[in-house]
Amino acid sequence: MSDRIVVDPITRIEGHLRIEAQMDGDRIAGAYSSGTMVRGIEIILKGRDPRDAWAFAQRICGVCTLVHGIASVRSVEDALDYPIPPNAQLIRNLMIGAQYIHDHVMHFYHLHALDWVDVVSALSADPGQTAALAQSISHWPKASPGYFSDVKKKLKGFVEAGQLGIFAKAYWGHSVYKLPPEANLMAVAHYLEALAWQRDVVQLHTIFGGKNPHPNFLVGGVASAIDLNSDSAINSKRLVQVQNVIDKMREFTDQVYVPDTLAVAGFYKDWGERGEGLGNFLCYGDLPATSMDDPDSFFFPPGVILDRDLSTVHPLDLNSADEIQEHVAHSWYDYSAGKEQGLHPYDGETTLNYTGPEPPYEQLDVGASYSWLKAPRWKGKAVEVGPLARVLMLYAKGHEQTRELVGMTLSKLELPTRALFSTLGRTAARTLETKILADAMQGWYDQLIANIKAGDTRTFNEALWEPSSWPKQCKGVGFMEAPRGALGHWIVIEDGRIANYQAVVPSTWNAGPRDSTGQPGAYEAALQDNHQLADVKQPVEILRTIHSFDPCIACAVHLSDEAGEEMLQLRVT
Amino acid sequence: MAETGKGMGKTLAQSLRESGVSRRGFLKFCTATASMMALPPSMAPAIAQALGKAKRPSVIWLSFQECTGCTESLTRSHSPTVENLIFDYISLDYHHTLQVAAGEGAEAAREAAMRENKGQYIVVVDGSIPLGNPGYSAIAGISNLQMLEETVAGAAAVVAVGTCAAFGGLPHAKPNPTGAVSVSEIVKDKPVVNVSGCPPIPTVITGVLAHFLTFGSLPELDALGRPMAFFGKSIHDRCYRRPFYDKGLYAETFDDEGARKGWCLYRLGCKGPMAYNACATAKWNRGTSWPVESGHGCLGCSEPDFWDAGGFYNALSIPDSDITRQAVYVAGAGVALGAVAGAVNRSKQARAREEHEPVTIDDLDKRP
Repeated sequence: MSDRIVVDPITRIEGHLRIEAQMDGDRIAGAYSSGTMVRGIEIILKGRDPRDAWAFAQRICGVCTLVHGIASVRSVEDALDYPIPPNAQLIRNLMIGAQYIHDHVMHFYHLHALDWVDVVSALSADPGQTAALAQSISHWPKASPGYFSDVKKKLKGFVEAGQLGIFAKAYWGHSVYKLPPEANLMAVAHYLEALAWQRDVVQLHTIFGGKNPHPNFLVGGVASAIDLNSDSAINSKRLVQVQNVIDKMREFTDQVYVPDTLAVAGFYKDWGERGEGLGNFLCYGDLPATSMDDPDSFFFPPGVILDRDLSTVHPLDLNSADEIQEHVAHSWYDYSAGKEQGLHPYDGETTLNYTGPEPPYEQLDVGASYSWLKAPRWKGKAVEVGPLARVLMLYAKGHEQTRELVGMTLSKLELPTRALFSTLGRTAARTLETKILADAMQGWYDQLIANIKAGDTRTFNEALWEPSSWPKQCKGVGFMEAPRGALGHWIVIEDGRIANYQAVVPSTWNAGPRDSTGQPGAYEAALQDNHQLADVKQPVEILRTIHSFDPCIACAVHLSDEAGEEMLQLRVT
Repeated sequence: MAETGKGMGKTLAQSLRESGVSRRGFLKFCTATASMMALPPSMAPAIAQALGKAKRPSVIWLSFQECTGCTESLTRSHSPTVENLIFDYISLDYHHTLQVAAGEGAEAAREAAMRENKGQYIVVVDGSIPLGNPGYSAIAGISNLQMLEETVAGAAAVVAVGTCAAFGGLPHAKPNPTGAVSVSEIVKDKPVVNVSGCPPIPTVITGVLAHFLTFGSLPELDALGRPMAFFGKSIHDRCYRRPFYDKGLYAETFDDEGARKGWCLYRLGCKGPMAYNACATAKWNRGTSWPVESGHGCLGCSEPDFWDAGGFYNALSIPDSDITRQAVYVAGAGVALGAVAGAVNRSKQARAREEHEPVTIDDLDKRP
């Protein structure tokens, strides 16, 4: 019997991800995560105007669609020591917050939920009991028996028509689906509602950035000017629209997303016992009250937690050559000094060397290189980034609302604190930080209004716009907390042009392969943590844990070179 | 459109009724489709009739060197909505981001759709295809090139969604490290529609699909394979800031008086004059705004090679070097031309009103 399970494509994610699991009976003994697509964005960036870089970098990913734009403009601003006006900072915070809330809700309902929700089971739900269930957990108005009856009727018609479309060939009826039919029907209804909701709340990005996906950004501030007396600027009508979006975000989070997460989690408490793995967590921090130069003002604090020890938060330095390094021992790249060493992003080099099997292939050689992702490490340690890392960091730093929400969640589910370190804990952390951010949005909005009231409408600092005003050579790092975790862009500017550009992104931290010491990445370690498959032919357990990270693989893979010649050799002086 | 598939006897209209969608809701969709395709509302009954006959056509969506921005854009479509589209009008049988099945199940779904709908299904592609090395992008162990070729073999038509699939896009930008190419550089024996944009406007993606589903044919295309209905006019020609360009009033920097008053962004690098797309009229995200309205110049993202077109903040080279003199000239001409244009527009509007005699949903409801 073959003891290697391959899941490729991993669907309901961003990008191209392949998981190979070495089985020991029904237990996953070894897991291997492979990113199978490269584009070469960093090499394309070389030689271009740094002010243009955000648009290129943003196309690293269209799901977390603003994060690379933000990290990019921040990298240029850091390199040039280029301050931006307070209003621009607030507008960026609002846009980042909106991205989180939009992204997390869509991830939960449209990407992750169907690992836990059996759509076909919903057909046997009683609409009256579904309404009773919905009303028992929330005040959300769409909860009548008639409403759920309509949803069920629609679903029934769809299934009976015989064309299942996106629901075809799934694992319906699998023994590991535990929700009662009524909870499944409620979740299907909210799947549809969330699709409609997300179309409305992205309008915050459209107001400030002109469109979504891929809103516009600007080095030195934001492009949307404020003028209460203009019909073509951020005026009172626009600001009211923004307030409405914030209200809709808070309403849906409080009344649908949080109660649904708790309700579903109640049926899957055993998932609080598996799927963690590394025990190390890293955050760069983000959402400044003042500026990116003032980490003490960050809403999300930076730091590193090791071995699940919440009593100590280790400081980190993104500029230190010894701390953050990328490894390629199991990646399809070469380093000039050999594949065994790690390189800091400022010294990053990337020489593509595809040594995998010639497609079409059945299996990767995981003893050799097996991914287009590099393996980033902090002081040699593999770490997890993302919602769980941030919630733990807030918790460790004593953030009151976080402590209350975590306490409420654990007590409702009757789970111990250690259950946080799990697949379930990761998914719950995403929900809780959405609630925390949705509430924080109001504060940034209120501050923006207060600034405008006080006569400050500045949104752009012209001082360093012209490249003629820049130093001949400079370098900087733009970082942020993206929805999926810590994100950094390192830029080197020479003579007004990009000499080097390196992005180390959340899904590289989480989805990366083993390093030269054999240390697995976060996905791999999580799958190796207590996973038994009920049916090796239907490995829904693999999807549950991988989806709990919200993979974003186009983000995670960067740089390639067709000819395999050495590229981006950086000499920082 | 021809009947598709066998064995699934139910028509779209039947399945809609069974899934609780009223005839009125269905007709509303048809009216919206007509309007979106710039067709007179009187076409709505024809659309209703066409859609009422069809089993939901199979759509196979392939994702190659892409960022999923095009799929995200699809989910933002408000008319029709993505849920209308995939539950009521098409059968989305393969789509990495939305489909539930993974791994072998996902591939089995693609193969079944190809087998059961041979010659009838639509292939949508987002992302470019790397020819530098088959290992640069593989799905289920299969290279992108092989997956594209085997999937389009039995397709009725191919829709390249987004600038990467349409023209190579970002991966194709200099120096094109992976040898990325567009769909139409591979697919030569099937009709290919290019729906460009980075990403395309949500309703443009769904609108093009709706046209094909309704009429069983492709819409009229421009020289670059893009539907005229959405890509027939430049951003500049439809821009609400155009009067300021005509008067020579420009924002000189972000957040100056011109920026705040909505003057032309030409000098800040706006590529509106060279970009053909519907942003200025359709706008984004339920008509909320669009890049120029939110203060940033157009990047020209619906055009081939826009990444290599000379920098997003450098003014286009036309009008040429002496921008001041040119501006004065344009300003002078603008007054006269503006007046003529105004008169023409008014007469056009009146004629359009006559031709496009409004047909309300209530009217449609009364028809058999």
